[in-house]
Amino acid sequence: MVVAASTCRTETVFDYSWMNVVIAYWNRYPNPSSAHVLTEDTIQREVRDGKLFSRRLLSKTNPVPKWGARFYNNVPVKIVEDSVLDPVKKTFTTFTRNLGMTKIMKVDEIVIYTEQKDGSTLAVRRAYISSQVFGFSRAIRAFGIERFKANGNKASNGFNYVLRRMFPDSLVGGGHHQHAVTTTSSAGELAVATTTVSTTNGNHNNPGTLKSAAKVGYEFFKSHASKIAQLFSVKN
Amino acid sequence: MNSIGEDCNELKKQYDACFNSWFSEGFLKGQTDDSGCAPIFRVYQECVKRAMREQKIELREVGSEYCTGSEYDNANHSGGKTQPKPKS
Repeated sequence: MVVAASTCRTETVFDYSWMNVVIAYWNRYPNPSSAHVLTEDTIQREVRDGKLFSRRLLSKTNPVPKWGARFYNNVPVKIVEDSVLDPVKKTFTTFTRNLGMTKIMKVDEIVIYTEQKDGSTLAVRRAYISSQVFGFSRAIRAFGIERFKANGNKASNGFNYVLRRMFPDSLVGGGHHQHAVTTTSSAGELAVATTTVSTTNGNHNNPGTLKSAAKVGYEFFKSHASKIAQLFSVKN
Repeated sequence: MNSIGEDCNELKKQYDACFNSWFSEGFLKGQTDDSGCAPIFRVYQECVKRAMREQKIELREVGSEYCTGSEYDNANHSGGKTQPKPKS
């Protein structure tokens, strides 16, 4: 079994107060950048020790093209988000991960929102991406972890859109800016073995089969990894 | 925004409105009592849980405890691993 993993870390500064950011957070959908987010539900919520614990369920459309359909079920992807909000310390931590399709790609994301000295809000996002599809890490290296980084670097347009609308006169600075501090480490293939991408004859000892499966996996991810990562991420 | 259950949309809207109001006017100003929205939350929850059952959405993979990814924190700070079990 091959497990390839990579990590990505980005920082975003929102020029709004922490309070405005967390208020807007619960209202971030829908927004112009969130077309893929289909549903959003709060499935658990409570206050314990003065902190707000929430669990939400989101579902997103699956953008993978038809030819890739034989590798998975073409249903919306479900994402579970747990969060803890401390109104005294002004910290808000969210942890999202996808249900299902985890063999193809598992994306765990942790985002921590804290207040900065100048009144703006810092969001530090760490994404942990792993896949059991052979060829994944090769594809990552091919177009570089830059693509995942780019997804993180892309301005949080959707969230900022909502912030602008809810708090039009509340810019702390002059708009948001984002600098990427990425410490990416591609763990690469841990072992060369069979692939979970099914092939027609299923003979895993046949190098031709492995090769073609790897090629499929590689091509698949080369063209769709950033889309898939965006699908699994609730960045926007 | 839609709910996972089509027939839960109206309940979701009502709950969200109640929550948003309590969150910004109450919780963030020190009022930690969330019982005001409890009735609508209960009804909304029943609807969502039913829709999840119908669509066979299971949370076995994620477990019943809230998780903030502390398993990734070993290198950094000590993330609080124990979280209260969510009320069902």
